[in-house]
Amino acid sequence: MEMLRSFAIILMTSVLVNNYVLSKFLGICPFLGVSKKLNQAAGMGAAVIFVMLMSTAATWPIQYYLLDPNGLGYMRTIVFILVIAALVQLVEIILKKYLPALHASLGIYLPLITTNCAVLGVTINNINDGYNFLEAMVNSLGVGLGFLLAMVLFAGVRSRLEEANPPKSFRGLPITLVSASIVALSFFGFAGLVDGLFA
Amino acid sequence: MNPILIAAVIVAGIGAVCGIMLVVASKFFAVAEDEKFTNIRECLPGANCGACGYAGCDGYAKALAEKEGIKANLCIPGGDTAAQKISELLGVEFEDVIEQVAVIHCYGDCEHTSNKMDYVGIESCQAARLMYGGQGKCVFGCMGLGDCVKVCPQNAICIEKGIAHIDTRKCIGCGLCAKTCPRGLIEIVADVEKVLVTCNNTEKGAAVRSKCTNGCIGCKKCEKGCEVGAIKVENNLARIDYSKCTDCGECAKNCPVGCILVSDLSGIHRYAK
Repeated sequence: MEMLRSFAIILMTSVLVNNYVLSKFLGICPFLGVSKKLNQAAGMGAAVIFVMLMSTAATWPIQYYLLDPNGLGYMRTIVFILVIAALVQLVEIILKKYLPALHASLGIYLPLITTNCAVLGVTINNINDGYNFLEAMVNSLGVGLGFLLAMVLFAGVRSRLEEANPPKSFRGLPITLVSASIVALSFFGFAGLVDGLFA
Repeated sequence: MNPILIAAVIVAGIGAVCGIMLVVASKFFAVAEDEKFTNIRECLPGANCGACGYAGCDGYAKALAEKEGIKANLCIPGGDTAAQKISELLGVEFEDVIEQVAVIHCYGDCEHTSNKMDYVGIESCQAARLMYGGQGKCVFGCMGLGDCVKVCPQNAICIEKGIAHIDTRKCIGCGLCAKTCPRGLIEIVADVEKVLVTCNNTEKGAAVRSKCTNGCIGCKKCEKGCEVGAIKVENNLARIDYSKCTDCGECAKNCPVGCILVSDLSGIHRYAK
């Protein structure tokens, strides 16, 4: 029971309170680039969840069974980038062969995520926060879901922006960034929610 | 052991494992690319000009390979040769490509017109146009700062005596320059035309004369002399309807200022045949 409770706390925290896009500002590039249409945003979100889970499953053992015993914790960033990039490429090749339908829907997003800082961020934070393997996986799932949530929410906001008629100097990226900051502000309302929820 | 050495060995080891894994995977899980696509792509010139209406040669080849009923003669740079090959590959009937070249409706070089000021700003027609319509006296003509030169994928345009000239032997008719020219001076015409009005000024005759000795004054002599009614003066400016023009050159003989040019404009496509 205690374990489930801690999982729930980690999940809620990473989805709402520590949302990577909206409060840590990681992964802003796909957040702005692929949030124009709802189905693309959802596809990107799904691909991010997939890649985050996979890279956590690969990097956590590397950290604790390969780097730490040799006193190489400081090489984390470089090794993780290398492993994540290779892993995503491998998965892309395998998907292309065996699941062409999934490859076609995730296909263009997978290489984009290879060097996404949100993916690297979640793997490194899993280590920094001292999570065990299961906790790390739950945290990655939560972060991925949070990313998906932010993408889908923002796709809705952007479809409204398309209709709006802002002043000329605000059109395009400026108004998008302004509205992104307002969405981010609204997520600060979740701070303190989790403690109260599972007290 | 030296900690630097351990670090290097371990990172290199991880890199090697990842690399080998990827190589093995790409061999074992290789998917055959669509052969049709590769073959079609090879027929296309690879200029990625977008004249076919698709995003580059890859886009056009993909569309041809995957969808039925897309015309095989859309590649203007590739011309008849490319269209012939693609038609054979797809097993459809060959249709002739209408090759096109770009022509410039201005001959106001430094011998015919002069500047009203010295422009020292950014070397771009787009920018110069914002400064009182550019440095030249005529605000309709070529500014000679070479926005078209920059976009031309074939290096077919050069600036000489202050105006742009198109080398039709190099021009592939992609139309990028026509889209770029802020004055709209460049027209894409079929690669068989020979007569060209080299002026774009719509002002009244006297005003044009005071600015450029090559300017069309809208006297309508060309219009009266044309037997097939192909040349018309509208807004004080002569324009040729190429669907009617017979390349007789009568208008050029009648033109008092000599702004109608008759020459062999035909370019690369006709020489290639």
